[in-house]
This record gives sequence, structure tokens and C-alpha cells, in this order.
Amino acid sequence: MTQPAFSPWDDPAATPLIQFRNVTKRFGTFTAIEGLSLDIFEREFFALLGPSGCGKTTMMRMLAGFEDVTEGQILLNGQDIAPVPPNKRAVNMMFQSYALFPHLSVWDNIAFGLRRDRMRKDAVASRVDEMLRLTRLEKFANRKPHQISGGQRQRVALARSLAKAPKLLLLDEPLGALDKKLRQDTQFELMDIQETTGTTFVIVTHDQEEAMTVASRVAVMDEGKLMQVATPDQIYEAPNSVYVADFIGDVNIISGRASQSGDKVAIAWAEGEPQIQGTTSRQFAPGQTCHFAIRPEKVAISAQKPDAPNVLRGKVLDIAYLGNISTYHVELPTGTIIKAQTANTRRIARRSFTWEDPVWISFSDTAGVLLEH
Amino acid sequence: MKRFSWFNATSLTFGFAFLYLPMIILIIYSFNSSKLVTVWAGFSTRWYGELMQNEDMLDAAWATLKVAVFSSTLATILGTMAAYVLVRAGRFAGRTLFSGMIYAPLVMPEVITGLSLLLLFIGIGLDRGILTIVLAHTTFAMCYVSVVVSSRLTSFDRSLEEAALDLGCSPFEAFRLVTLPIIAPAVISGWLLAFTLSLDDLVIASFTTGPSATTLPIKIFSAVRLGVSPEINALSSIMIGLVTLGVISASLISKRAAVARAKDEQAAAGA
Amino acid sequence: MRRLALIALPYIWLLALFLVPFLIVLKISLSDLALARPPYVPQWNFGDGWDALKAFFGSLDLENFVFLSEDDLYWRAYISSLKIALISTLITLLVGFPMAYGIARSPEEWRPTLLMLIILPFWTSFLIRVYAWMGILSKEGLLNQFLLWLGLIGEPLTILNTNTAVYIAIVYTYLPFMILPIYAALDRLDDSLLEAAEDLGCSRIQAFWLITVPLARNGVIAGCFLVFIPAIGEVIIPSLMGGSGTLMIGKVLWEEFFSNRDWPVASAVAIILLLILIIPIILFQRNEQNQREAER
Repeated sequence: MTQPAFSPWDDPAATPLIQFRNVTKRFGTFTAIEGLSLDIFEREFFALLGPSGCGKTTMMRMLAGFEDVTEGQILLNGQDIAPVPPNKRAVNMMFQSYALFPHLSVWDNIAFGLRRDRMRKDAVASRVDEMLRLTRLEKFANRKPHQISGGQRQRVALARSLAKAPKLLLLDEPLGALDKKLRQDTQFELMDIQETTGTTFVIVTHDQEEAMTVASRVAVMDEGKLMQVATPDQIYEAPNSVYVADFIGDVNIISGRASQSGDKVAIAWAEGEPQIQGTTSRQFAPGQTCHFAIRPEKVAISAQKPDAPNVLRGKVLDIAYLGNISTYHVELPTGTIIKAQTANTRRIARRSFTWEDPVWISFSDTAGVLLEH
Repeated sequence: MKRFSWFNATSLTFGFAFLYLPMIILIIYSFNSSKLVTVWAGFSTRWYGELMQNEDMLDAAWATLKVAVFSSTLATILGTMAAYVLVRAGRFAGRTLFSGMIYAPLVMPEVITGLSLLLLFIGIGLDRGILTIVLAHTTFAMCYVSVVVSSRLTSFDRSLEEAALDLGCSPFEAFRLVTLPIIAPAVISGWLLAFTLSLDDLVIASFTTGPSATTLPIKIFSAVRLGVSPEINALSSIMIGLVTLGVISASLISKRAAVARAKDEQAAAGA
Repeated sequence: MRRLALIALPYIWLLALFLVPFLIVLKISLSDLALARPPYVPQWNFGDGWDALKAFFGSLDLENFVFLSEDDLYWRAYISSLKIALISTLITLLVGFPMAYGIARSPEEWRPTLLMLIILPFWTSFLIRVYAWMGILSKEGLLNQFLLWLGLIGEPLTILNTNTAVYIAIVYTYLPFMILPIYAALDRLDDSLLEAAEDLGCSRIQAFWLITVPLARNGVIAGCFLVFIPAIGEVIIPSLMGGSGTLMIGKVLWEEFFSNRDWPVASAVAIILLLILIIPIILFQRNEQNQREAER
């Protein structure tokens, strides 16, 4: 069975659930968000990714209603949400600290929001039980928050914020407090729950791996601006700036002057070194500064000179053995260091080169991306 | 980012007015030239002058100060030892009784402490005076000191002491060179607390003193039982002034230390 | 050896100057009044030997306690102490909670100053703080002058030397003990809990009652005990502010001892006062323990 790809952002007829229209947020003289516009669609799992202080949490708090918008508008289903106080918004939030009420049991925590809606007692009970089942917490219903583990607390917080069936669920660093292994398991659980409930999720995170794993689209932010909004594979394969390329994963950046003919570009980047050959759909003026970004796994390393569009000489400076892969730091004669990654399909003893060995690195002319800034 | 809400500003204004107006009025009226304390008859420092002439008062003040210095110092030594025993000595016979005796005086009504000590001093035939007050004050103040110091000791990373022992310190050296400097702020505030408690105490001192020694609170108490007196107003103002000065300078010193520390940390992080 | 000395010194000090005196009080409360010095019998000396000791124990009795239970002065004094302590604790809570809340919700840079202003009176002499009210509450005092000037009253009120004055003085002097534990509880309260409550549909006022108040509970209880327990045994305030109608057990003990010189009865009063205090003290300890466990 093939499902149609879920990509409402490519469909001009789709109406977004949330629209940021030229939103600016200032705290005193400090501008946290500047003239930002963004559409988020129903059923999306949308990630706001960026370093701390980039404004991602502010965006989330504006959606929840804890911060007001200085300029511009935020629309939910086409309605401006500015006049709606947080307790009246069809938006719920899962707090970074989980914010579980310590004096209430797990059951009462989950029922808290439902009771505020004056729901009938049996309706509350059945909804809470449903949430407990969904998050596999049935056994812990009567415990207090301090009597359960961190991972369980995270699930209580999720169940509590989902209980009211919000149109939009905001998750502020939801997995930040968990250790790595648990975090990975929980990521898949979150995706399952998102799919089961069909709720729109907006997640704030500084962990790029997490964003790439869970999200349908990722917005990379820096200093209150959106740097790029795209699907995880586009962000990784086709970053639109050095900032995005560098923020997501590992990357080699080589800067130089471009000379373009058609979609082929040659980059003069150092005296005495061969020009780097790349491919682009962008237009570079002759002599314009450009940055060639290439991922380490796309750089091959070999002892003999290979036949490839780009071949450079260097020597092995460092080897980081990570088990499944190894990363080689290769120093070029110019002093530039290029990272190359290879999968360790052979036993390590069979490795054909080691520290200080002269090696060749090579890559195709389509392996990298050419960036203007 | 927070600001005072209307409600909070109002309740704080009224609350602080309640706390401070009586003392401010007391200070203002200490400069009243009239003997009638409730009628304002013009500004004068007359009562301060008379206070300085009052030999009895000065003697009582001197006795109070002596008692406070001796008892708070003794209480600090004993209280710090007691705290160390409570937190670090582990199990020993009679530990429950010991910790009970540390905590009980904190909730014991002063009349009972005073009465029981008086009966003891009479029983063993000890002449009552400065010495007995010092003994009494030391006993209840050491409990306060040990509570203050033990809360600091509990939050103190034990591995620091272990590191000192590992590097060749004897247990006593480890205490002197590592533990004491770190708990010093708590020890100092324990001393200040003991000092204040001793200066302030009326009930226990009344029980344990004899005809040979009168402390300032006893003197004030017997004076004010007869009503408000301008001389006592002046004395009270001086005491309030000294305490205010002390508390404000202490908080400024600790704030400056905190700022300096933050700056150092910033510099270190930047380097 | 050093460890032994370390334990022994404070231990012996407390035994000699806390436990032994307390046992003496217990003993004297079981003795009889005598016109002698010290004014009680029986007395016993180490030299008197075993028979004397037996005779000594034989003559101890509960006579003083029987006397206390028969004279309704003491009953009324105990009940009235409890009543005064309870009412003043409640008033202190009503005054103290809004202040603690106000400080906890004030701008961060203000908080150290406000806290210092709460603690400062604590370092000032208790006696002086009580005394400060005498000039205000007396018949010719400032409060009456002020109310007369406002025209609210036609002739001066009698406030000093009544129970009202006692309440005012207890609230005034013990207010910091109420505010500090409540503030500590409110300060620990994470703002995100209130935001979460709002996010889940609470109004601000609902969030206050459903989240803030239950979470401040331990602080409130601690504050109440810190006021209630010492207020029961208070001596200075009823002596200076109270009138002839103000019965408080601390004052009765004081007078029994200094004016009537009836040591056995004073000791018996002390023992019963302590028995009355044991219940709130145990409850207080339990509350403190719960709080420590909840924090873990």
C-alpha cells in the first residue's frame, strides 16, 4: 500500500493551521523575534531548532499565550489569537520541566485540564484512562510525580497536555531531561502518538538529531530569524546557508572565488591547489565569494590516487574510531583540514592507512553544495 | 521581567508600615523634649544626654555586653562541636538523647528553661550573677548555633574532607584547614545569632541572675512596666540604630562578596 | 580519643545544664512547699544513704498537680493561653500570607531587600518592639489621638492592658516567623506550574487556589507552629500589654515563682505547660519531616 506523501506545504490550496504574519517580539530593547512569517499545517510535526537564545522558546510561548506579540499577528485557523488568554486557547503545552503538580497524583494531573472544562465525571474518568493507556501509565495512576521515573514523568506530562485534545500541542524540549538511550526510544513513541492522535505538534529543541528524527519539517532559527524551513532531508542535503549546513551535522566548508559556466562552477580556493568542481542551480557572478559545503561521508579517502572530478592530496592527522564508522582528519598542504568518513566494513587491523600516512581524498562534482553566505 | 501587581504592592505597603511605623514613631518621640511622651513639645536630644548620665543603665549595658560576648563565644564553640557530632560522628551510644537535647531547648518556653536552671544553681549552691547568666545563655544559644552550623555541614560535600585526609591531613587538620573555612559563614552567623539572643533575653536572665548583676533587658523591663519613659525611648532608638546599621552593613558586605564572586566567575569563564 | 572528647564536651554540658535542671523541676513539682531556703521539702543529699533515698521518694506525691486541677485559675490560664495563641496565630497568618506572597511575586532584584526588611526586626530587641506599641496604644497614645482627630471615636479607647493589645503585640513580634517559611515555600514554587495550570484552562484565581495554596501548605503549617508554640509560653507580652484580665500561663508561672515564691506549684505549672506543648511540637516535627521527604 502506498500512501500519498504528506506535504501540505507544497500544496498551494492547503490552508495552514497556524500563521505567523510578520511577527516581532521585543523585551525592552532586546528583539527576540524579528519580522517572522511562517505557516504550520494541520497534522504536522514541526520542529523549531536552534541554539539557546535564538527565540524558539519565545515563539512557543507566544503560541501558548504566555507572551504577547509586539508587532504582527498569529492566526490559528484564520483567527487572530492575541485576545485569547492562555486558559481559553485550544493549544496545550508540554513544559520543559514537565511542570507536573507535585501535590496531585498522576491520575489527577491528567484530569486537571478536563475538570476545568466542567466535563462530566465519567467522561473525565474515561478520557484519563484512555490517556493512561496511550502512554502506558495505567500502573502508575495513583502515584505522585516524585514516585515515578524521569521517563514516566515525561509521559505523564504528555498525557496531561494531550488529554484536552488540543488542536495544537507545543512541546518545549520534551526529551531534554532524559538520557540518550531513553531519548531515542521516546522519540519514536512521540511520533507514534502524534500519528495516532492526529494532533499538530510543534516541538522546540536544540538537538538537531532529535529534530531530524521526529519532524515532518524543521525550522532552523538564529537570533530571532528563520534561517531555513524545510524537510529534514532538504535541510541536510540542501542547506541554504553556511549557518544551516554547519548547524546540522558535520560539514567541511571551503571558501573561494567562483567562475560559473551553466550549472558547473569551478572554485579557486588556494594557490597551487586544483580548483574544486561543483554543481549548482544558483547564479554566481565571476569572482564572487562562495562557500563549498560537503559532508564528511561524501568525501572518500584512499591510498592511491583515484579517478574523480575532485582529488586532493593530504596526510592523516587524526583518526576518530566510532565503531561503525571512522572519521579521518586529513590535513591538506595549505593547512586546511578536511574530514572524511568511511564505514568500517572491514576489521580495523586491515586498515590501509594510519597517522601521518599520505592519502588522497576525493569527491564527485555533485556531492557538495555551493552557498553564497 | 516581573512587576509589582496592584494587590501585592498594597499588601506589602501595609505590611511594612505595620512592621516599621511603631519603631519609627518610637525613634521620633525619643527626640521629644517633653517628659510627657505622647505630647510633642519640640525637638531635643535631652533624653540622650540624661541616658548617658544614668550610671545604672550604663552598668547594666556593660554587664549585658560582657554576658553576650562570653556566652556567644562559648556557645559557638560548643554548638559547632555539637553540629559536627550530629552530622559527622556517625552512630554512638546516646545519640538520640543528644540530638533531643539539641532540639528541645529551641521549642522549650523560656520560663521553663529559666526556672530549671535557677533551681539547678540553687541546688548546687552556685552564687548567681554574671557567671550563671553566661552558663544559661550558652546552653540555649549553643542549640541555635548547632542548628545553623549543622544545616551548612549537611550541604557540604564530604569528599572535600576526604580529599584533605587523602592528601595527608590528620582529622583535626582537615577540620581546621578545609571544613572550618568553608563553614565559617555559618559559624559567624551562629555567633551573631547567639550574641543577639543573649543581648535580647529577659526571661532567662531574670531567673538566673542574682542581686549582683542586672542586665539591660531586666532594667528596661522594670522601667517600662511603670509606663512609657522618654529615656527608654532614647535607649531603644540607639539599640534599633545599632542593629539596623549592623544588618545593613552585613548585607552590603555579603552582596559585595557575591558580586565579586560573580565577576571572578565571569572572568574565569571568559578566559 | 579526640572523637570521644568531641562528643563528650557538648554532651556533658547539655546533660548538666539542660537535662539535670529539667529533672530537678520534675522533682520539685512533686515536693511540698516549705518555709525554708530552698523553699521546698523533701531534700536529699548524697551523704544520707539508701534509707533516706527511699524516704525521699516516698514523700514525693502529685499533691501539686491535684492542687492545680482544683484551682480553676490554672485551668482558665491554660485555656486562655491556648485561645490567645490560636487567635493570634490566625491573625498572623492573615497578615503574613499576603506579605510572603507579595515578596515571592515581586521583581527578582527587590527580593533580597524586602527579605532583609522582614528579618531586620528579628535582630532588634523583642522587648523594645513590644515597648514600641505601649506608646501607641495607651489611652493618650498616638492611635487614640489619631482616631480622635479623624473623628471616628468620641473618646479614647482602652486598648493597652487588654487582650487586644496582646494580640497586636504577638502578631507584630512573631510576624517574621510566619512570613519566612511561607515565603520559602512560595519561592520554591516553579512558575511553570502556574503556567501549566493556566494552559490547562485555569483562570489566575483558580490557579492560586488549586496550585499555589496547596503547595504553600507546609510553609503555612510551619509558620503557624513557629508562632503558636512560643506564643503559648509568652511572658513579656502579657506582662506589658495585657491587663489584670489577661491570663497566660507563662505569666502565671512567673508570678507564682517571683511573687508567691511557691516553687513546687511553679514547677508543676511548668511541667503541665510542657505537656501541653508536646502535641504541637510533635505535629510540627512531623510536618518538617514530610516537607523534607517531599523535597527528595
